[in-house]
Amino acid sequence: MDFLPQKEYLKMSDLTSLSLLQTIDALKENKFSESELNEAYLKRIQSLNPKLNAFLEVVNQTKGIPSGIKDIICTQGIKTTAGSKILSNFIPPYDATVIKKLKSQNVNIIGKLNNDEFAMGSSGENSAYGPTKNPWNLTKVPGGSSSGSAAAVAADLCVFSLGTDTGGSIRQPASLTGVVGLKPSYGRVSRYGSIAMASSLDQIGPFTKTVADARLVLEWISGPDGYDSNVVEIASPLRGLAMTSLRGGRLRRPTRQSLKGIKIGVPKEYFGEGLDKNVEKVVRNAIDQMVKLGVEVVEISLPHTQYAVEVYYTMMFSEVSSNLARFDGIRFGNSRDHFGDETKRRIMLGTFALSSGYYEAYFTKAAKVRTLIKQDFEKAFQKCDVIVGPVSPTVAWNLGEKISDPLMMYLSDVYTIPASLAGIPGLSVPCGFVDGLPVGLQILGKYMDEETILNVGEVYEKSTDWYKEKPKL
Amino acid sequence: MKLSETQVKHVAKLANLPLTEEETKEYSDQLSKILDYIDQLNKVDTTGVASTYNVSEVVSVMAEDVPKDCLTQEGALQNASLKKNGFFATKGVFENE
Repeated sequence: MDFLPQKEYLKMSDLTSLSLLQTIDALKENKFSESELNEAYLKRIQSLNPKLNAFLEVVNQTKGIPSGIKDIICTQGIKTTAGSKILSNFIPPYDATVIKKLKSQNVNIIGKLNNDEFAMGSSGENSAYGPTKNPWNLTKVPGGSSSGSAAAVAADLCVFSLGTDTGGSIRQPASLTGVVGLKPSYGRVSRYGSIAMASSLDQIGPFTKTVADARLVLEWISGPDGYDSNVVEIASPLRGLAMTSLRGGRLRRPTRQSLKGIKIGVPKEYFGEGLDKNVEKVVRNAIDQMVKLGVEVVEISLPHTQYAVEVYYTMMFSEVSSNLARFDGIRFGNSRDHFGDETKRRIMLGTFALSSGYYEAYFTKAAKVRTLIKQDFEKAFQKCDVIVGPVSPTVAWNLGEKISDPLMMYLSDVYTIPASLAGIPGLSVPCGFVDGLPVGLQILGKYMDEETILNVGEVYEKSTDWYKEKPKL
Repeated sequence: MKLSETQVKHVAKLANLPLTEEETKEYSDQLSKILDYIDQLNKVDTTGVASTYNVSEVVSVMAEDVPKDCLTQEGALQNASLKKNGFFATKGVFENE
């Protein structure tokens, strides 16, 4: 820990800027106590959250490593609203599986993080509790739907956070706020206790300050629990992930230095019309940097990309209408007139798509095109190990800019949705700035091959200084 | 695909969503636009293509029929708006009110 000054000189801002791995090491070496760590984060939340609106609920505590949790994940005894008025008074009687797993690693919950209502949105503005602001520029959106999870890590309000990704809700806000975001493979992490939006797509994953941190959190939360039947044995950390692990109290980390022998696929469909020219330049520079690190670039095509948004929205609307039928105001929550606009719009569209006479034309048709999108990736991965491209077609946009045009908002997820439909893992790693706003590099991997995207992401990250940049708050 | 106000009202009834007159009008317009966009899927030839509803390809997983820890009655009821004698209270199903 040579980068840390001696204890007497340690300022609170030093504590809160540490990564998860650095925090664990520093605690072990008694550079500071758990209570000093929690106090530093609580003070920072107190001073900065009024500006950012990232936390909806803050928990005063003195023990454990402080993490922030998207408010769509159930936390026993801590109010969980899913960003909705319909759950304004909901106190879960149990912990989600991911929360149980984190607690067993000495991680505690310092608060619940804002999000678009029921994770429906790409900007954070659909929260019933007000929008979250982007720490890099308070007039911009932080992305969504895990808006608070991204902003809180970017602003050093927690060591790491959890979010959920259905069509890009981890990767896109991570990109727009300059932090690392990982959507695991479908079936890697149990969703038990996560309030369901679209069950064939939802995944829980981490927001962290470094790629190595994301690897560790993934290892903590992965694996079957018997409550999410999509999580199979291959998802357990010991089977699919040869990752960071605690051996004899020390963290063991993979030590890859170069990317020699790695083939990266660059899909031409991710660099077409709609991609901001400056964002494209930053992403192309990142690819050049990877070439310097030894990768071989392969041109690939994902020809059904242009239909991904239509498939995604049809299937997601349908699953939403079914999942949100449980909110009847009887067992929990308020009556159905408490849903917000976007939520009602999606329930309506899904109900229509599943209704008698339209089911085949909409839901079944979309499920068939989904197969073609999945096959696009399978073919591409015969030629490469990972696929690399932009996460978002633009940097963070102005608050209010797209809120009145739902269709325009949906199109901002065009590069993240295809991987969600195919169930493959995706990582967003900071790769530069346009006009002072962060840009993320998306690295997609084969189904259940998080290890390769994390290795590639980590070697790239360490060869740059982008991840060290912090917003001035 | 144009969704008329009558259709919007029908769907709202199926979805158990109370809509105002104003919302009905707004949704008729907005939902029609979104459905027009989705209709582009008809351009894709899906003859002979199987459906993907779930990528994990896991179907009908059975659990062992053994007792496990579960919520207490108190825990299950703690968020209910109305309860009676340790049960959820709700409107009658077979009565007309």
